[in-house]
Amino acid sequence: MKTVAIARYGAGNVRSVELAMRRLGAEMTDDLERADLAVLPGVGSARSAMDGLGPAADVLRARQAAGRPILGICLGLQLALDESEEDGGVAGLGIVPGRAVRLQAERVPRIGWARVEPGGEAYWFAHSYEAVTDATVATSEGHAAIVEHGSFVGVQFHPEKSGIAGQRFLEQCLSRG
Amino acid sequence: MPLPRLIPCLDVAGGRVVKGVRFRQLRDVGDPVELGAAYSDGGADELVFLDISATITSRVAAAGVAARVAEHVTIPFTFGGGIRSVADATTLLEAGADKISINSAALARPELIEELARALGSQAVVVAIDTEGGRVRSHAATRDAARDTVAWAQECEQRGAGELLVTSIDRDGMQDGYDLDQLAALRDAVSLPVIASGGAGNARHVAEALEVSQAALLASILHEDPARLVSLRTELKELGVCLR
Repeated sequence: MKTVAIARYGAGNVRSVELAMRRLGAEMTDDLERADLAVLPGVGSARSAMDGLGPAADVLRARQAAGRPILGICLGLQLALDESEEDGGVAGLGIVPGRAVRLQAERVPRIGWARVEPGGEAYWFAHSYEAVTDATVATSEGHAAIVEHGSFVGVQFHPEKSGIAGQRFLEQCLSRG
Repeated sequence: MPLPRLIPCLDVAGGRVVKGVRFRQLRDVGDPVELGAAYSDGGADELVFLDISATITSRVAAAGVAARVAEHVTIPFTFGGGIRSVADATTLLEAGADKISINSAALARPELIEELARALGSQAVVVAIDTEGGRVRSHAATRDAARDTVAWAQECEQRGAGELLVTSIDRDGMQDGYDLDQLAALRDAVSLPVIASGGAGNARHVAEALEVSQAALLASILHEDPARLVSLRTELKELGVCLR
């Protein structure tokens, strides 16, 4: 059985991620260092999230250096970057080169199901900032949707709220863990 | 733009789904988790639960409903009704809700929108606006809020709302079409996503609403029947609406 640890920073969709992982048969642990997969969830603002992460930030950096799987979701993807322009500029974890910038879209926040290419599968998004990084491997309407760098995979959408498609995505993440 | 969304709305009171016309004549129509899961299976893009009793005991029940829904439903859902503080909202989000919706509390104290946006992020903050004749109604639409609908929508956006749920009170439950003029005025006045509510009677009505809004709230039209959502989706696709 795979073990999963969620980095907690006082905000975020922790319970939804936890429920989704349990549905897939994962065992939850608090051991962010040794879990098969570490999840950096995301809902909230960049600054309060970075403040709330505290010592977990170094644990995540060490995991990335050691090539151990990390999944960043939504804000969790943006936090992994070098910096975010949210809240007047916030330094990120710096485990993925790039930055988070204010979303340029017809309606902001960008909320709803949108297709991700390649593949064409629709996932649920809810964001006002977006990742700008060379590590982007899939996009949605021109915005970074999936980012991969070393052992880090980040998604701008919420797989834990994306029905069956999301469940399949999380299953793949678990199988790498 | 993301795909147009169909959002079944379930009115809840004391942990049960209830039904009434124009906020009155309530009757019990089922379990929120069972109905929510069935709508999800039927192709709903999101769900909205509105606690229309919003008493103290009901608040506790609401958190329990949110927690149970999160366990069984894997699409996003919004919880509204009786939320007056960041603490109220946080309880619901921690239970697994993705967004909260506020209405009268925002009218009484607009700063609440800013507080919620700061604590939860704008994407989690829906402001519900009940409107009639271009004017905002409050307290389950029983009072005139002394505000112009478009001006209030703009203020909500400036204060950090992430989405507007706009219900045309004079259309609600009547099934004779959405208030398209009001929705178009709001589309032009704000750059937030707008969820249209009130008046859906057939697929054509919903298609019209989705031309001027990003999502359609579905209440009376579904008759608490998830099979109706499935047939409605088919009809909408035949009308050329690009759904998930």
